[in-house]
Amino acid sequence: MATKKLAIIATKGTLDWGYPPFILASTAAALGYDVQIFFTFYGLQLLRKSLNHLKVTSIGNPGMPMPMPMPVLLQALPGMQSFMTTMMKSTMKKKGVASLEDLRSLCAEADVKMIGCQMTVDLFGFSPSDFIPGIEMGGAATFFEFAGESDICLFM
Amino acid sequence: MATCDKELDARGLNCPLPILRTKKALNDLTGGQTLRVVATDPGAIKDFQAFAKQTGNELVESGEANGEFTFVLRKKA
Repeated sequence: MATKKLAIIATKGTLDWGYPPFILASTAAALGYDVQIFFTFYGLQLLRKSLNHLKVTSIGNPGMPMPMPMPVLLQALPGMQSFMTTMMKSTMKKKGVASLEDLRSLCAEADVKMIGCQMTVDLFGFSPSDFIPGIEMGGAATFFEFAGESDICLFM
Repeated sequence: MATCDKELDARGLNCPLPILRTKKALNDLTGGQTLRVVATDPGAIKDFQAFAKQTGNELVESGEANGEFTFVLRKKA
């Protein structure tokens, strides 16, 4: 049986949206898939050396469970985003959910290939030293080289 | 309960960690050897069945007691 292939495009740079690409990529790798993730636009944040800057926000995100009901204007107050991020991280830890850094390392160990979008790197003025080692840079054509032969292709 | 070649404590871990640790633990075994995994994630029951089916490692035993799930996998030869 030929090895199955999973291609993922990761476009979001928030703490919560960092999870789906890394969870699915690491699990697919454990199941024997050949996996590539293409990080573009805000998704590039997931390749930065430290992920401590990633936040979760309830603004524009009415589906986020809140410990207590709170008007949107209050949620926009300075410090609220950091507070919610701290709360979310502590809940995740309590529930045995892996940190993003851990999941990312597990992906790297399992030979998940991570590709940063060169155009976005230029656009946002990142330098190669901003990112974890072992990743590649490429463009849309690079992504399609793998995605065109993939069994599953996901946009996140 | 038969003894296994390796034990993995995945209690308190949430998806996808029990599966990822299991995969890692299986890497240390040779074909035919067995691994016992104890987990508390309720999603693990279905996940271990799916893992076994897709990787060809046989799920020899699957049980639940006191909120803990025990799985025995035999590594594919």
